[in-house]
Amino acid sequence: MKTRATLSSAATLLVIVLFSGMLQTANGQKVFATKSGQIYFNATGALVKIAAVNNQVDSKFVDATGQIIFGVLIKGFKFENQLMEDHFNENYMESTQFPKADFKGYITNIKEINFSKDGAYPIQVEGTLTIHGVAQKTTTKGTLTLAQGKPTLEGEFNIKIKEYGISGMYIGDKIANLTVIKLNCKY
Amino acid sequence: MFKLHTSLLSLCILGMQLNATAQTIDLFADSVSKPSNDIITSSFKTTRIVNGHSIENVGAGILDFKIMHRFGAINQGGYEFFGLDQATMRIGLDYGITKKLMIGIGRSTFQKQFDGFVKYKALSQQTGERNIPLSISYVGSAIYKSLKDATTTYQPYVSDKFSFAHQILFARKFNDQFSLQLTPTLLHYNIVENVSIPNDFYSLGIGFRQRISKRVNITTEYFYRIDKLAGYYDPLSVGVDIETGGHVFQLHVSNSTGMTERTFINETTGSWGKGDLRFGFNISRVFTLKKPKELKNLKF
Repeated sequence: MKTRATLSSAATLLVIVLFSGMLQTANGQKVFATKSGQIYFNATGALVKIAAVNNQVDSKFVDATGQIIFGVLIKGFKFENQLMEDHFNENYMESTQFPKADFKGYITNIKEINFSKDGAYPIQVEGTLTIHGVAQKTTTKGTLTLAQGKPTLEGEFNIKIKEYGISGMYIGDKIANLTVIKLNCKY
Repeated sequence: MFKLHTSLLSLCILGMQLNATAQTIDLFADSVSKPSNDIITSSFKTTRIVNGHSIENVGAGILDFKIMHRFGAINQGGYEFFGLDQATMRIGLDYGITKKLMIGIGRSTFQKQFDGFVKYKALSQQTGERNIPLSISYVGSAIYKSLKDATTTYQPYVSDKFSFAHQILFARKFNDQFSLQLTPTLLHYNIVENVSIPNDFYSLGIGFRQRISKRVNITTEYFYRIDKLAGYYDPLSVGVDIETGGHVFQLHVSNSTGMTERTFINETTGSWGKGDLRFGFNISRVFTLKKPKELKNLKF
């Protein structure tokens, strides 16, 4: 009887180990999220510096599938001066009509990242970037850095302003045609 | 044994459930979230509608250099080149201490006045979590008339040359095209000409902005004087705001000459009925004195 009991407890243990393994895989599909990512861009065309930052990027990604999203409120961009901010919102981005910009896509080489090992991993990202209500397919590269298991993502999008239906007489002159949008998210 | 089975079963179920939730993670599906709180901005294009204050403040750390210019009356005819030969102006500096608090000083050639004001935005129009239908600001101005009086029988004190204005601005931006503002005003004179004239004068201002294109807006401003100082008219100004990169130009026609609250609300000499109108313009140029802290440590 005693041996039987030991056996059954051993079986329980085994089962627990087995299932905890399963739990791990379930847990393995982990969602990393932040609401305080940073996005900034520089669209300086001529003399006047036109650059802005937004520190409230909402981003999430899943480590198993590589699915990744970014969302940002247009009104949250801070410029050096408020007049620029007003023009950005009212004349260019039309933020009452299009309050958000977002990206939905995949880190295509997510399998190459070992989440249990710290280091910098180059990533490739593919998806749809929506700005000013216009969705465009885009690909880009970036870096995912793991420090004590916590990921930080750095990347950039190169966009042509006019492709997103943004118009205004200063585009191509005081405002650059090509703009680099940089992202920095600590999850 | 029964115990073991139960625990096994529950573990199984637990595992399955976890698996099930794990498989349904789809970020695209739940990524649509409404902006939590949306503070309405740009109700007006600049901090003045025409002469009077608008609900707008200059941003924190921003210096706004304002030149306001008023020509003579148009109905003086060709000899005075329809008023363009004469001009009075006010040079002013406005500064945003915080997002909600700004101060300003100015000097007018008209009656050699100095003026200073404080403007505080008490409530901001917003939608979302908090729904506030309108913005409310307070403006307090002090005006010092340094022009020497002709009379010599009475030696005025320095304090006699002061007058004050208290205004509460109620503004609502109805949509991107149209904003409306009501401005109840109390004007106080430290000294008036004789005992029959009160020291305090109430009036109600109304102003609006109508957008006609991305960079051009029509503005109108009117003050109804509840207490009237005899011999003067209610001020009515109609203008156009034109934006360029770092400037806002305001061109307008008005029956008032002065640019301080006392002179344009209470002491407007021109009458629209007689065509006693003046061209005028305001130019605003902003300088960033203090960068927003978010931008400080960034390399672009």
